[in-house]
Amino acid sequence: MKINIIILLLGSFTTLYAQNKESKKLNHDFELELEGEYRYFYDNALFENQKDHFPSFAVRPEYKVEWNKGYESINFKGFFRLDVDDKRTHWDIRELYYQKAKNNWEFNLGVKKVYWGVAESNHLVDIINQTDAVETFDGEEKLGQPMAQFTWITEKLGTFDFFYLPYHRKRTFSGEKGRLRFSSVIDKDDLSYESGAKEWRQDIAFRWKHYFDIFDIGLSHFYGTGREPLFTFDATGNINAFYPIINQSGIDIQITHNAFLWKLESIYRNADAQDFIALVAGLEYTFSNIDRNGLDIGVLGEYLYDERNEFALNALQNDLFLGSRIAFNDTKDTSILIGGITDLESSSTIFSLEASRRFGNSWTAEVEARVFNNINRNEPILSNFREDSFFRISISKYF
Amino acid sequence: MRTLIFTGIALLGISMASAQSAEDRGMQIAKAADKADQGFKSSIVNLKMTLKNKNGQKSERLLITRTLEQTEDGDKSLIVFNSPKDVKGTSTLTFTHKIGSDDQWLFLPSIKRVKRISSNNKSGPFVGSEFAYEDLSSQEVEKYSYKFLEEKGELLLVEQDPVDPKSGYTRRIVTYNKNKQYRIEKVEFYDRKNSLLKTLTYSNYKLYKGKFWRALSLNMVNHQSNKETLLKFSEYNFEADLAEEDFTQVALKRAGQ
Repeated sequence: MKINIIILLLGSFTTLYAQNKESKKLNHDFELELEGEYRYFYDNALFENQKDHFPSFAVRPEYKVEWNKGYESINFKGFFRLDVDDKRTHWDIRELYYQKAKNNWEFNLGVKKVYWGVAESNHLVDIINQTDAVETFDGEEKLGQPMAQFTWITEKLGTFDFFYLPYHRKRTFSGEKGRLRFSSVIDKDDLSYESGAKEWRQDIAFRWKHYFDIFDIGLSHFYGTGREPLFTFDATGNINAFYPIINQSGIDIQITHNAFLWKLESIYRNADAQDFIALVAGLEYTFSNIDRNGLDIGVLGEYLYDERNEFALNALQNDLFLGSRIAFNDTKDTSILIGGITDLESSSTIFSLEASRRFGNSWTAEVEARVFNNINRNEPILSNFREDSFFRISISKYF
Repeated sequence: MRTLIFTGIALLGISMASAQSAEDRGMQIAKAADKADQGFKSSIVNLKMTLKNKNGQKSERLLITRTLEQTEDGDKSLIVFNSPKDVKGTSTLTFTHKIGSDDQWLFLPSIKRVKRISSNNKSGPFVGSEFAYEDLSSQEVEKYSYKFLEEKGELLLVEQDPVDPKSGYTRRIVTYNKNKQYRIEKVEFYDRKNSLLKTLTYSNYKLYKGKFWRALSLNMVNHQSNKETLLKFSEYNFEADLAEEDFTQVALKRAGQ
């Protein structure tokens, strides 16, 4: 099915491309990133057949061609990963779209990634793209989403974004050898849809974004098949999961006042099988240039609430996140992000560390650690990950 | 000490003798320089930044800067990084204001996120270079108080004290060239302890449209750390005819995608 869409899109690209033949200069740009990664889970696996060591390799090619002074372009970003866990071995077209901008509007057609929101510890409002759940733990990696996007920009009334989303993509879960999974392996094809049209349900979304002085505000609405599967547990503990049709309204606000960033993100999601609100609210304060040599230390604090309680897929129902972002602002762009997220009702805590720096002009190294500490065994989702603390190191070369 | 006092009295005498106060003359020069640059409308320029540490090791960054002139308020700018490749596409959109803090947004291409960032950090280094954020932001007359120091042939030296207490400097000494549309030839930066921190030298000047002087080389030397940053500009493009729509958050994402 994926292939069909691609062929369809490529077809429309070539037509558009031919029409613009007469416009002047074409600018081509090709980039390639090769990444070697090693993940080590130091606790004994909770479930059978789970491995401890995960050497892995990833490729990220990028191609862009633009013309009409950059107001028209075709953009491509591909992705492939080879991993010990055969479900984490996967490829994706992150982006492949045609874009045209003119005066106060922009049009995008194809597979694209769109980000909404302001918070750091949880991304509630961000709903356009499916999460690439096997790729990273923080959920910030996304699968490419087929769309037609029309953006209308006004000076006085802000920016209006309209999305037509013709195809839903399912989330992939870890395979048998993989960590960060449930006792039974979930195959994405086992998950059903509420909609009779299945993945071809025609979904829509809208977003308004504006800023006034120190206020940045976004309002959004999504109507279609949700990106998060809904999990239900029967009496014997078996999981049944499906993708519901949802209406989700979102609001995101940031107030940028001196060195303070005050943030709020909230959603209301409504489906036949569920109805809840969730929010994340907090602040970020940066002590900048502390040592007169560029060192910035930011402190972050966010409160997370989810009305779904324990069944929130991300297990962030009533939690507190505290963290610090340290940027050295050196020639190597060295930076460190440390944090901890703790459940205010139980002992469950997840610590995390992410650090990165550049070597030479075209190499980067990253270190990541996630530590699951005192996870409450009664948490139906998070308790499955209680032995899955890990270290990750990755090295990338850019061409 | 005695010489200092005598010099002080002597300088006071000179400024009193002139019809106009040193403050007024300094302000007048800054305004003349600002006025000479009015009417460029918009520009696009490619920039190579070479960072050199005290051992002479170099690293490079490539950027594209788009600027839109504003008359009522400070200029708008959009900066895109093209190199190093791991930060390619990282972009900033800045609306400078003559009074108050600037509005600034950062685009992170890996997760496609636009983030409003604080413009509070004026004194911090821009991407590890010897240029602070405040050195690269739009130079508005209102951001300093002025004092004319001396005239050396065609060169006019003016002391500029930043109005913003968050600035990393007590003062700058700016050398203008009165025969070349008041273009800037050199800036000396004094840190918060009032000792000489950096010298910025403008060279390789080129005249565009018979009116606008642009230095194609800027060299910043930090006297305290012995590090250097050289900016090499390509040809300026004043014909792009950029509009307000090229300086929006949508345009920021487009530039960095």
